[in-house]
Amino acid sequence: MKVLQVQHLQKVFFPGTENERHVLKNINLQVNEGDFIAVIGNNGAGKSTLLNTIAGTLSADSGEIDLADHNVSKKSVAYRSRWMSRVFQDPKMGTAGDLTVLQNLVLAQSHTNTANLHWYQKKDDVKKYQELLKTLNMGLENFLNTQVKYLSGGQRQALSLLMATLSQPKLLLLDEHTAALDPKTSQEVMKITDEMVQRKHLTTMMITHKMSDALKYGNRLIMVQDGQIKLDVKGEAKQSLEKEQLLAAFA
Amino acid sequence: MIISSLGQGLLWAPLAIGVFITFRILDIPDLTTEGSFPFGAAVAVSLMIKGQTAITASLVGFLAGCIAGLITGLLDTKLRIPSLLAGILTMTGLYSINMHIMGKSNVPLLNEKVLTEYLPSWNLDIQTIILGLIVTGLVVGLLYLMFKTRLGLSLMATGNNKEMSSANGINTDGMIIFGYMISNGLIALSGALIAQSNGYADIGMGIGTIVIGLASVLVGEIFLRGHNILTRLVAMVVGAIVYRLLLTVAMSLGFPADDLKILSAVILVVVICVPIIQNRIQTKRQLKKYLQQMEAKDDESSTSTAPTKGILSRD
Repeated sequence: MKVLQVQHLQKVFFPGTENERHVLKNINLQVNEGDFIAVIGNNGAGKSTLLNTIAGTLSADSGEIDLADHNVSKKSVAYRSRWMSRVFQDPKMGTAGDLTVLQNLVLAQSHTNTANLHWYQKKDDVKKYQELLKTLNMGLENFLNTQVKYLSGGQRQALSLLMATLSQPKLLLLDEHTAALDPKTSQEVMKITDEMVQRKHLTTMMITHKMSDALKYGNRLIMVQDGQIKLDVKGEAKQSLEKEQLLAAFA
Repeated sequence: MIISSLGQGLLWAPLAIGVFITFRILDIPDLTTEGSFPFGAAVAVSLMIKGQTAITASLVGFLAGCIAGLITGLLDTKLRIPSLLAGILTMTGLYSINMHIMGKSNVPLLNEKVLTEYLPSWNLDIQTIILGLIVTGLVVGLLYLMFKTRLGLSLMATGNNKEMSSANGINTDGMIIFGYMISNGLIALSGALIAQSNGYADIGMGIGTIVIGLASVLVGEIFLRGHNILTRLVAMVVGAIVYRLLLTVAMSLGFPADDLKILSAVILVVVICVPIIQNRIQTKRQLKKYLQQMEAKDDESSTSTAPTKGILSRD
């Protein structure tokens, strides 16, 4: 069953000027339920533009995007968030720093049910979120009433990840979400990501620059180059890929 | 003097809270303040002259401010006009609207019953304090409750991280408009209260109100710090009172009434600079302490091991 269908997606930056650049050239992509896709590509290849266009932060010049059987091509980020969650590259982007850990989690939990006059905190919230935070193994359960800005980058990114998966999205977008972390924390967050995706059976698209992560995680790999999908492998074909083959494909 | 400042400060407190909502919660510098404050005054005074009660007039003044906020909000979010310019545009437009409402530049309240007259006939200062406490208490209480709901949380989240908020399904444009409305509603309410306290509405009474509001916010944050929303709201009330007290002290030193605006500006500069200077002094102290510790370590190592000189050695 398909979760995301992208058809003939095109995006041009600075049209009509000498800097005109075709960032997405007639992209077609189908993402099926349960897919965990690693998206790789050079800087400027168009992978982030593709993700931003799917998320709705950038509008495509032409093409259609169907998400969970809804045409969302012209819809806002907030509308798309009914079926989609996102973890940003910058740990600060995915959380509200001035709000507490608990308030951030409540926001992510209420999701499409925001902005009404119900009390945001319920009786059993503290216990429920403490249990959830324990699964991250970062000691965050002891900081429920701490403002998120005081957390480390790794803790903040793990929290972003937990928030993004709380509402069981149809599609999870990970935009180089470990790139701003130190190698050790990056590994930890990647491990948590994989566990979460497996446990919750989340359909996921993950942009990464780390070839090792692209090969290790997920059941499908997409390489974007010059605004087009150059490589799309899954299953055994993906498992049998070698780092050298990928590097050669980059050339 | 203190009693009078307390009463006046409480009447100005809704303005401080209004500025706090846009400036601190939404992180937007909103200049609509200078138009919505006299707008509230003009609407309330005009209605009172036409026979409406002070309570109705004040409430309609609040609603008028909400409409002013709505206009700035729409200009900002729907027409993508930068917030600073959107505020200036509404403020400028409101000048003409206020003139139309009042019919002339100054409208006095002569025999109309103002809010303080609904209270038992105590001393006027005491009446002002009681009225201020009732209005400010209601405003703080209702806002505190609102910030405990998902609506309030969404408002805070939008101001703090717009991208994250929309990614979590919040209609951020709607939240920004709502914030502008509440903020300017409170500012207009303050205008309505001050007009009744002064006994007139004047076309120029909005000049400098953004400075008064910002100064109250900053003074309040010097006195009361914390991320709890109730503490922050109470800090705004304290800020408004202390700021009024500072002005009263300055005036009692013999400054003429015409210097009130420049005094306001100077107080704002001081309250902005004090935390910066405090931080600089603290950083210098910490650096000095750190260097002394490094030098001490350096001395220890040079006496105990080799005659090498440390990087921080002055020799």
